[in-house]
Amino acid sequence: MSLLAVSNLTKRYRRGGNTVIAVDDVSFYIEPGETLALAGPSGSGKSTIARLVLRLIEPDAGRIEFEGNDFLALRGAMLRARRARLQMVFQDPLAAFNPRATVARVLDDPLRIHGIASRAERPRRIAALLERVGLAADLAPRAIHEISGGQRQRVAIARAIATGPSLIVLDEAVSALDVSVRGQILDLLLDLQSQERIAYLFISHDLGVVRALAHRVILLDAGRIAESGDARAVIDAPQSAIGRALVAAAPRLKRTTQDAS
Amino acid sequence: MNPLRRFLRTPEAVAGAILLAALIGMALIAPLLFPGDPQAIAGPALLPPFQDWSLPLGTDRLGRDVQAELFHGARTSLAVGLAAAAAALAIGSVVGTLAGFAGGLVDEVLMRVTDAFQTVPSFLLALAFVSVVGPSLGIVVAAIALGTWTGPARIARAEVLSIRERDYVASARAIGMHPLEIAFREVLPNALPPVLAMSSVIVAAAILTEAALSFLGLGDPNRVTWGGMIAEGRAVLRTAPFLSIVPGIALVLTVLGVYLAGEGIVETTAVRRGLS
Amino acid sequence: MSALASIHDLTVTYRRDGNAVAALRNISLDIVAGERLAVIGESGSGKSTLALAIAGLLPASSAVCGRIEWPGSGRPPLLGRDIGFVFQDPSVSLDPVMTVGKQIAEVARTHLGLTWSQAYAKAKTLLERVRLPDPDSALHAFPHQLSGGQKQRVAIAAAIAAGPKLLIADEATSALDTIVQAEIVALIRRLVAEDGMTLLFISHDIALATELAERIAVFRHGQLIELGTTAQIVSTPSQPYTRALLDAHIGLDAAPLLNRAGLHA
Repeated sequence: MSLLAVSNLTKRYRRGGNTVIAVDDVSFYIEPGETLALAGPSGSGKSTIARLVLRLIEPDAGRIEFEGNDFLALRGAMLRARRARLQMVFQDPLAAFNPRATVARVLDDPLRIHGIASRAERPRRIAALLERVGLAADLAPRAIHEISGGQRQRVAIARAIATGPSLIVLDEAVSALDVSVRGQILDLLLDLQSQERIAYLFISHDLGVVRALAHRVILLDAGRIAESGDARAVIDAPQSAIGRALVAAAPRLKRTTQDAS
Repeated sequence: MNPLRRFLRTPEAVAGAILLAALIGMALIAPLLFPGDPQAIAGPALLPPFQDWSLPLGTDRLGRDVQAELFHGARTSLAVGLAAAAAALAIGSVVGTLAGFAGGLVDEVLMRVTDAFQTVPSFLLALAFVSVVGPSLGIVVAAIALGTWTGPARIARAEVLSIRERDYVASARAIGMHPLEIAFREVLPNALPPVLAMSSVIVAAAILTEAALSFLGLGDPNRVTWGGMIAEGRAVLRTAPFLSIVPGIALVLTVLGVYLAGEGIVETTAVRRGLS
Repeated sequence: MSALASIHDLTVTYRRDGNAVAALRNISLDIVAGERLAVIGESGSGKSTLALAIAGLLPASSAVCGRIEWPGSGRPPLLGRDIGFVFQDPSVSLDPVMTVGKQIAEVARTHLGLTWSQAYAKAKTLLERVRLPDPDSALHAFPHQLSGGQKQRVAIAAAIAAGPKLLIADEATSALDTIVQAEIVALIRRLVAEDGMTLLFISHDIALATELAERIAVFRHGQLIELGTTAQIVSTPSQPYTRALLDAHIGLDAAPLLNRAGLHA
């Protein structure tokens, strides 16, 4: 049984008298512990799909099955409780947090909301989470805007794993990071995936990162699936027009002599 | 840099704080410096200021010590002004946040209520309320708040509408936070700065409204207020203008101090983003 | 190989919350006339500060030491006339309440002394040059009616409207998706070649820089780490930081991290 099974997902928007179909009859699945990437140009619907899966917006049609249950049927307190299993990491870690928050509060919130640890236990849990993502425990009292972008994204990941989710949606989670930090965050994500068996829905416009991180990829074009399959197979030999365009447009670093890596 | 140091570095903040401190000081030491009833007769009537150094600001038509009245009047004016402004800001913030965050029918209903209150000029509303219910300090505070809560409500709602779309609100929903907690813990504190920026204007308006109500004889009759003093001085404006001018200057300084300090607080509490 | 601009010992310090933050330290480099020079670096490297310093767009609160000389011209350069600047976010650099045509025409009118009808004609020509579909109706469109890539084309048209000698693109493609980015880069390369402009291209993307530039300058923490031709930088970088930047690039030919971590799909 798939961890996440999405069928015929559709979302329309009304824009100035016209109806724009942002997501058009999209179906896909994610197995436990695997990484499925959604790639495509801007406006292809990948961020919309991420928000639909998280039920931050509601679809116009379609079905979402998560861990064997009808996810769209949940409401109110039941939905909020189920959210512990399905978390998100945003692109801009500065915008993803309350500007007045501290690291401790950001990590305390999910623990408190889902009753994962008692008030006395929480500081220890927070320290453990920070260390799990490679940060020092003394970062807890710092304000979010005081720490670096890479550290902030680690905190975002720590918050996402705090409730023990089986699926994390990452929306351009490394796109805003410095190149030197990107690899470290990807390594962390892979490490977490292998240790905790977390599946990732990884949204990115960067095919290089997709190819490095994902097992499978879906290429989207104007809200529809243009191509899907094994990540390396699709990117190394794209069949669809959008696939070929994306691969051709990706900047290449042509090194005439290869350094042994 | 901690907030206090930042506050002290802003010239407006320091100037405002000094003015307000002086005025609050006046209010606080009034019973010590001028024990007894400020409305008791202290000397000959209509004594001009700076003639008798035991009555440096002179006396009014009934021979009451103007300086004692001024200091005691500070207590009422400041208390009423600050209390009314706090009430208006609190009511306005809550209404605006609920309307902006909930949207839909709740938003419509709350905004129509806000419209209703806003169409009546705030002073007339306060006037009507006090006339009907009767003048006492608490009623005057409530009356002023009734007329001024709509401004903060609209500003809070506008901020909330914008903040609602931000990633950190979506993030809070994604971790399963209850909507009410999101509204009042994540959204409202970040919607406050523009609302607080109005606070100095509202405090000033509240103090002036109280003065106007007292001037019209609708303030608390048992208390000395600057408005009441100006009203009393009206009858002898040509011969003893100082009776109206002195409390008038006090009003101006209070409004100025509140405004400057308010600007300073807004400067200080603005959340700074890093240089990108 | 004459220098268009000669930067000597440039140091720029910003004042923030009473602290002084050095954004650039003792930068000395020459921009050769007609070349395509890329300045790459991570956040905080000072690359954008360099672009702003050359264009004269630094905030008033910044302290500048050192100097920038312009050997070719007798006077300091005028922004718009001698230097064209393309910002990262076209939604912010274009005036939302002015039509696209007027914004471009305004540049031509101000710096070339054209009449309004001449300036509008020039604006239309420029919109054709930047390959905006249907230039006639684009002239009367407002920025919000255009897509991100189209807006950036308009911004480029406005930047080159007065025929500047130097075009500065400050992360001009960072807010665009991959396909549009490639189109804009190709557009910039074509325009620069057609008009004989010098190009200063600021980016955090080293691969993008190697595709566009002849020379690359690597910045880190406000300092110039390395400067060389693209071939030199890519094949034989002399500095460990440059090497690290090259290694950190995750391109389509990189080894998959999944394999590195030794996992099975």
